[in-house]
Amino acid sequence: MANEVLTGAAAIIRSLELLGIEDIFGLPGGAILPTYDPLMDSKKIRHILVRHEQGAGHAAEGYASASGRLGVCIATSGPGATNLVTAIADAYMDSVPMLAITGQVGSKLIGTDAFQEADIVGITMPITKHSFLVTKAEDIPETIAAAVMIATTGRPGPVLVDVTKDAQQGKAEFVWPPKVDLAGYKPVTKPHGKQIQAAAQMIAESKKPVLYVGGGVVRAGAHKELLKLAELTGAPVVTTLMARGAFPDSHKQNLGMPGMHGTVPAVTALQKADLLITLGARFDDRVTGDVKSFAPGAKVIHVDIDPAEIGKIRFADIPIVGDAKEVITELNAELPSALKATKQDIKEWWSFVDGLVTRYPLGYTHEDDGKLSPQHVIQRIGELSGPEAIYAAGVGQHQMWSAQFIKYERPNSWLNSGGAGTMGYAVPAAMGAKVGQPDRLVWAIDGDGCFQMTNQELATCAINNIPIKVAIINNSSLGMVRQWQTLFYNERYSNTDLNTGTDTVMIPDFVKLADAYGCLAIRVEKEDEIDAAIKLAIATNDRPVVIDFIVSRDAMVWPMVAAGLSNDEVQYARDAAPLWDGME
Amino acid sequence: MSRHVLSLLVEDKPGILTRVAALFARRGFNIESLAVGTTEVQGLSRITVVVGVEGAPLEQVTKQLNKLINVIKVVELEADQAVQRDHMLIKVRTDAASRSAVLEAVTLFRARVIDVVSDALIIEVTGDTAKCAAFIKVLEPFGIKELVQSGVLAMGRGSKSITEKVLK
Repeated sequence: MANEVLTGAAAIIRSLELLGIEDIFGLPGGAILPTYDPLMDSKKIRHILVRHEQGAGHAAEGYASASGRLGVCIATSGPGATNLVTAIADAYMDSVPMLAITGQVGSKLIGTDAFQEADIVGITMPITKHSFLVTKAEDIPETIAAAVMIATTGRPGPVLVDVTKDAQQGKAEFVWPPKVDLAGYKPVTKPHGKQIQAAAQMIAESKKPVLYVGGGVVRAGAHKELLKLAELTGAPVVTTLMARGAFPDSHKQNLGMPGMHGTVPAVTALQKADLLITLGARFDDRVTGDVKSFAPGAKVIHVDIDPAEIGKIRFADIPIVGDAKEVITELNAELPSALKATKQDIKEWWSFVDGLVTRYPLGYTHEDDGKLSPQHVIQRIGELSGPEAIYAAGVGQHQMWSAQFIKYERPNSWLNSGGAGTMGYAVPAAMGAKVGQPDRLVWAIDGDGCFQMTNQELATCAINNIPIKVAIINNSSLGMVRQWQTLFYNERYSNTDLNTGTDTVMIPDFVKLADAYGCLAIRVEKEDEIDAAIKLAIATNDRPVVIDFIVSRDAMVWPMVAAGLSNDEVQYARDAAPLWDGME
Repeated sequence: MSRHVLSLLVEDKPGILTRVAALFARRGFNIESLAVGTTEVQGLSRITVVVGVEGAPLEQVTKQLNKLINVIKVVELEADQAVQRDHMLIKVRTDAASRSAVLEAVTLFRARVIDVVSDALIIEVTGDTAKCAAFIKVLEPFGIKELVQSGVLAMGRGSKSITEKVLK
């Protein structure tokens, strides 16, 4: 039977349908118009019209991070495409599987500075896993299939497909499945057996092991295997910012988050360990602090699907390239006999670690300015919403408090911009998460600065029945920057006032703004109103909810390791360093 | 700074040179020379890069290169296990008095004259980097008016080829 002849535009939609894509976030324009026509007829794909392309990009990220499936966004050429750039960079840094489809001017106009022409393939080369320019209709099925394969396999990441207008309008036989031939792309997922044996041996011989768990464990869906590994080894577990939820916070072996704003037990356990069992983590500078003095006595087992991460920052005594799920499964099979042979005993290590846990729990002090404590607000959101909820944060103090004070019990419940640190991530990411996981409660926990960058997507949420909850942790300033000004710039507050607090001109008034967007809008200024507002938000599902929590601007994120310092210099609170004893 | 010769087998796709060159710049590695061309296999190109490495190990750049989807294979060609050739065209000032001395140098270095006018010669020379540098030094007193050179070309010694290793 002869193959059906389709326009390139129809081939894009058909390919996406056949690849199982159900939701797309986008905004049309001239060069992508042909593709929006067959999109209108698709019974399988829901397109959500955003208000800004950056929102489409972060929504695709939130969708992917919450559901584990590919996130897809679509935009027109030129400014439409460049508006995706921040989200693409964000997805690249955090290994989010994402497909970005952009229209491009006609192939004969490329290079002429045509209207809305931008070299988006060139612009995004350093921030995509790969990118394609398609100029012929017949190349579309193969390219879309290749793009999806690249985005979702190996170390996931964003892939951009730029399609010229004439490729969308041209006609070609639609051949499915297409032949995808990527000679240079062969991700290694299965670990080397000898390395697994060596790792098991090293774990069994260690006296002070720590499981240093990164976002790769979440992306690989390896949380169950990790739980087994943790219980086999009995080792303390630290979960990085990207890995919150990969291991239950309620588990007694979980010391919480390491790094610049990590818990004292997590930071210190890494420093004093004799072995780091590193799983899908990449020794980010926000985790290591001064890298030369990071975990000075530790050997390193480094498991990563990306060979380039191994040895990039820290020498790996045992490098293991592979998918976290496969590696941990094999380790779990190898470990019992190795542990039996060495009769490993880490009781002394635990007595040191337990001492830290007892002495340095996470906590905060209330400021005396009569405003809410942001940590308390966030903690209550977590407690009232529970572990099945999804929490998307922006970037800054509220992000750190959300990582610290919400208890995560499952993966894909904590979404944030870890590597790129993109302010404005929360609202569109929460929107994407709610589309991908409609049965789960989805919170955007945002700052007053972040919220003003992407809140236009509240319109998208209200109109498309995507009832997210937004908690604005409103301290009327760029809080994290202000914290650094307090600590390191002599309290000189250069350009960090945002004037959104109740004792300012309140521009904008977030309650009025949210009301204008068709949301239920609530302002909370008193502690005894917090729970009722959160409960009302949870109960309201006919529209989005925005709660403006007026919080103290002097609240700071603790503990803290100042930038560039050794993790040995961790401050439990301002001018309060922990006391070390034993285990030196 | 250490100097390394990398040979990359790549798919002949638009933008591949940009991807490779930009990666070096982005990761803080310095390209000393670059040569690109087709191979005996249709659709595959070979890029020879001479890279100066300071600080971060070479391994990091080869791993990052391997992550590029259109890069099929990256090998380092060590000097003792590979042949390396520079290729230069040199325009030298000559007159009746100096021409025979220049031609003698050409013979000694097994170079070739490929263009002659009354007051200049264009000379072609190939060889390893040291030989080419020595030849330039010999010609300098006569007056070098113009010099162009290709990037280093390199190939592993022996009967095996990079493509058969990859495509078998």
